Amino acid sequence: MELMIREKIKQVKKGNQAAYEDVVMFYQDKIYQHCLRMLGNTHEAEDIAQEAFIRAYVNIHSYDDRRKFSTWLYRIATNLTIDRLRKRKPDYYLDAEVKGTDGLDMYSQLAADDRLPDDELEGRELQSYIQKQIAELPPKYRGIIMLRYLEDFSLQEISDILDIPIGTVKTRIHRGREALRKKLRHV
Amino acid sequence: MDCNKEALSLMHKHLDGDITREEESSLKTHLEGCLECQKHLHELKRTITLIQSTESVKTPDDFTQKVMQQLPIEKKHVKYLRWFRMHPALTAAAIFFIFMFTGLFSAWEQGTKLTVSNPDNLIIKGDTVIVPEGVTVKGDLVVHNGNLKIDGVVDGNVTLINGTLIDEDGLDSDGLMASVGEVNGELKEVDRIFEWVWYHIQNLFKGIFSIGE
Repeated sequence: MELMIREKIKQVKKGNQAAYEDVVMFYQDKIYQHCLRMLGNTHEAEDIAQEAFIRAYVNIHSYDDRRKFSTWLYRIATNLTIDRLRKRKPDYYLDAEVKGTDGLDMYSQLAADDRLPDDELEGRELQSYIQKQIAELPPKYRGIIMLRYLEDFSLQEISDILDIPIGTVKTRIHRGREALRKKLRHV
Repeated sequence: MDCNKEALSLMHKHLDGDITREEESSLKTHLEGCLECQKHLHELKRTITLIQSTESVKTPDDFTQKVMQQLPIEKKHVKYLRWFRMHPALTAAAIFFIFMFTGLFSAWEQGTKLTVSNPDNLIIKGDTVIVPEGVTVKGDLVVHNGNLKIDGVVDGNVTLINGTLIDEDGLDSDGLMASVGEVNGELKEVDRIFEWVWYHIQNLFKGIFSIGE
């Protein structure tokens, strides 16, 4: 598969725009999922994932063939999500009134959390509970935990994607794991 | 072993897969005697399994299409430029031919006017150029669209384009050398388009190589 993608990228570099379609199809689920987990919102995730693929296409000539394409692509996507998270901070308060809902705020949109998580959490419910716990991690831990355990990158690759030293990657993984352990130990 | 510091950091090293053999065995001995740490490690491992058990999401159906539609359309000139960059030899050849042919044809279309390269001391009668007796032309002589009669001396090459060398006394028994004046160089007559083109090409190459000299 890696070889097929390599070949396609070569063609894209030569100006074959149609070859890029296969590249997008191959990576779209992973990149979209990554954006979704980072942003927690399907609309924004689709937006940013599309933007990531378009940027990758426009800058394809700065991609170095000797490195893994997926690392490069994830790097673009990660930077875009971080940018988006930074930008939206001021206008996303949970207690801000939601437009057109007559006094309802974002708290009312969240699932009630008064029940203890350890009883009868099954199937879908368990799934969404875990995802919620991941979503609540601070972004710098969330991104790394996902890259490591959902997208199966090595520590070195994560350090390349995020452009941070491998030591920092390790520290963040340790903290992320500990934080999640505390949240999920009752499940 | 301190549970909170040493054991914990070894556990994470173990999970990252970069624990050494000695560290691993010391962690093992510690775990055998410490229920607290056993539980901790178990919870960590379980957390990882739980994270990995989450369903992967599917991209909306028309995602690829949307991306492809939003890709910038290549401008025509970008396409050509890239083509040129990929085929430098062909590009050079193409440019060479364009210049050469435009040069040739513009030269050809200069018309049918009679021109002489250095008309000093020459007599021009209608479409005939005469080098009078006793006159010496220094250097090469080129005549376009006219005939040439040499009674004097040309100290160089003579080239006739669309014209002939008139040899009035050709029937004279004295022969060529007596009737035609002296030409101290090559004499060339060019009157067909192909010869004319060939002549230009030769000149071009001579020009190129003389630059190098």
